[in-house]
Amino acid sequence: MVVGAIGIVAGFLTAPSSTEEVKEMMASHGDGHGEHAEDSHATMEHHGGAEAGHDGHEAMNPRLEPAHDGGEDAHYEHVLHQLQNRPWSALYIACFFFFMIALGVLAFYAIQYAAQAGWSPVLFRVMEGITAYLPVGSIIIFILLVLSAFHVNHIFHWMDPELVNPESDHYDALIAGKSGYLNVPFFLIRAAIYLIGWNLYRHFSRRNSLRQDDAEDNRWFKKNFKLSAGFLVFFIVTESMMSWDWIMSFDPHWFSTLFGWYVFAGMMVSAITVISMVAIVLKSQGYLEFVNDSHIHDLAKFMFGFSIFWTYLWFSQFMLIWYSNIPEEVTYFITRIEDYKLPFFGMLVMNFIFPVLLLMNSDYKRINWFVILTGIVILAGHYIDVFNMVMPATVGESWFIGLPEIGSVFFFFGLFVFVVFSALAKAPLLATRNPFVKESKHFHY
Amino acid sequence: MASKTLHAIYTDDDILMQAVKDVRAEHYHIEEVYTPFPVHGLDKAMGLPYTRIAITSFLYGLVGLSVAIVMMNFIMIEDWPQDIGGKPSFSYLENMPAFVPIMFELTVFFAAHLMVITFYMRSKLWPFKKAENPDPRTTDDHFLMVVDAGRNDVKKVADFLTNTGALEIKLVENNDDH
Repeated sequence: MVVGAIGIVAGFLTAPSSTEEVKEMMASHGDGHGEHAEDSHATMEHHGGAEAGHDGHEAMNPRLEPAHDGGEDAHYEHVLHQLQNRPWSALYIACFFFFMIALGVLAFYAIQYAAQAGWSPVLFRVMEGITAYLPVGSIIIFILLVLSAFHVNHIFHWMDPELVNPESDHYDALIAGKSGYLNVPFFLIRAAIYLIGWNLYRHFSRRNSLRQDDAEDNRWFKKNFKLSAGFLVFFIVTESMMSWDWIMSFDPHWFSTLFGWYVFAGMMVSAITVISMVAIVLKSQGYLEFVNDSHIHDLAKFMFGFSIFWTYLWFSQFMLIWYSNIPEEVTYFITRIEDYKLPFFGMLVMNFIFPVLLLMNSDYKRINWFVILTGIVILAGHYIDVFNMVMPATVGESWFIGLPEIGSVFFFFGLFVFVVFSALAKAPLLATRNPFVKESKHFHY
Repeated sequence: MASKTLHAIYTDDDILMQAVKDVRAEHYHIEEVYTPFPVHGLDKAMGLPYTRIAITSFLYGLVGLSVAIVMMNFIMIEDWPQDIGGKPSFSYLENMPAFVPIMFELTVFFAAHLMVITFYMRSKLWPFKKAENPDPRTTDDHFLMVVDAGRNDVKKVADFLTNTGALEIKLVENNDDH
């Protein structure tokens, strides 16, 4: 009860700042939309200028010239479409990023249950609080997918029915070949299955965890154990398919068999970073006195380990494609290196070199502000990672991290913080009747 | 110059831990503790300084990384450049992704092997070395604490050790000067 009351205070303490933020960010987000119209004009003009330069350049290449004359309008239109995609993509990236954190935390939580981990039960309520964002995030992301499916925006290029129509000028044999899997109704059905599955697990595991608090025996814990094991099987299949559907299909011609793992690694490292950050924040406010340095140390070890794991998968994907140099595969990295040089290589520094050097030392993993600092960089790095996965396919060269991007991030950040901390306030912060909680309290390394 | 040490035998790691704390609280000097398995937290209880093997490991890793870079640069770029998969080896940086696995492996190789060798040297271990443990039972199920009697009354120390739960106590006189 006392802990719960303290938690509620925590919720109220954090709530005003976040709702304010939400409003402020909503405004800036609106601005982003307004400004975007002007922006697109400016860029159009700018492109006009560039086009003139282009003319001179391409006159030297007579083979291209006939195509270019007709292509000028098409090019304008193309840039316009890219710019129209930009706020949608920005929204989608931020939405997916925070959704991915909640989902990663849910998977991590399920792993702790399924492995009957002894160190982590003191953090269960923190994890449950973060996963409270999952239903909210699911609804928003599903709405975005449905909007794409109804052609409100064109961020999913393959949804254009012209592409699979053999009569049309825009007929694309490759996309048509994939249309057995990659078609709008099936896409939405799949999305619904993933989201419902994940949310069901989240609902029941949270309910069982709360019931376990007042239980006489370990019945609910055992139920959760079985549920978690089942969920993990479901999760690893659906997570992989989700990453193909929701991210890889932005580049419908390109594919990578490693993509599901790659997204998973990014998801886990962001999720664990958020768990440790929320735990540190709550502890610094005095609500988690049972969380000691060793718990933070373990989370930081996970951050360190998963950062390396992410790099390993990133490099495995990159090196094979780079070495084999097959045109249909390598275009993915060519667009990213040519048009996205800074975010592409910057993200490697932020996601690999920075955490490796900072978290290498065993003592640094116990220093809270060090973990927070590294965590902020890791989260920013993984936002850019998602940015790099989505943006090149939807907006191409017309990218910029400006108002729509930052606005969306702040909006979803505010929402995330609000939902997470109000969920944290709703239950005691210690899962008192968990059979491992005593072991976890005494955990020390 | 003979030094006297007491060998106290224990049969439980928890009792041993408590004994180590008590002995240190009495300011007797523990020379060494022999255990059949690593006892968690014993190093802290004995007041041993932190290990510096992690630092050496990091430095050895850097050595390995440098060796890999110099080696691959010599082999693949300077000495015998080849055109592999349409990627002529003229620049280390441009061909770097192909060398990353080697860089990684040599980093790990150097760090691991040199760390083990450092450990052996610091622990004065080498092949065919005669075992130093004073009682072979410490390799089975007994724990042995070596306490330096120093200028203390041996009888008093022995009684104190008995009180901490030692099952048997042996007085060892060390006559050879070092």
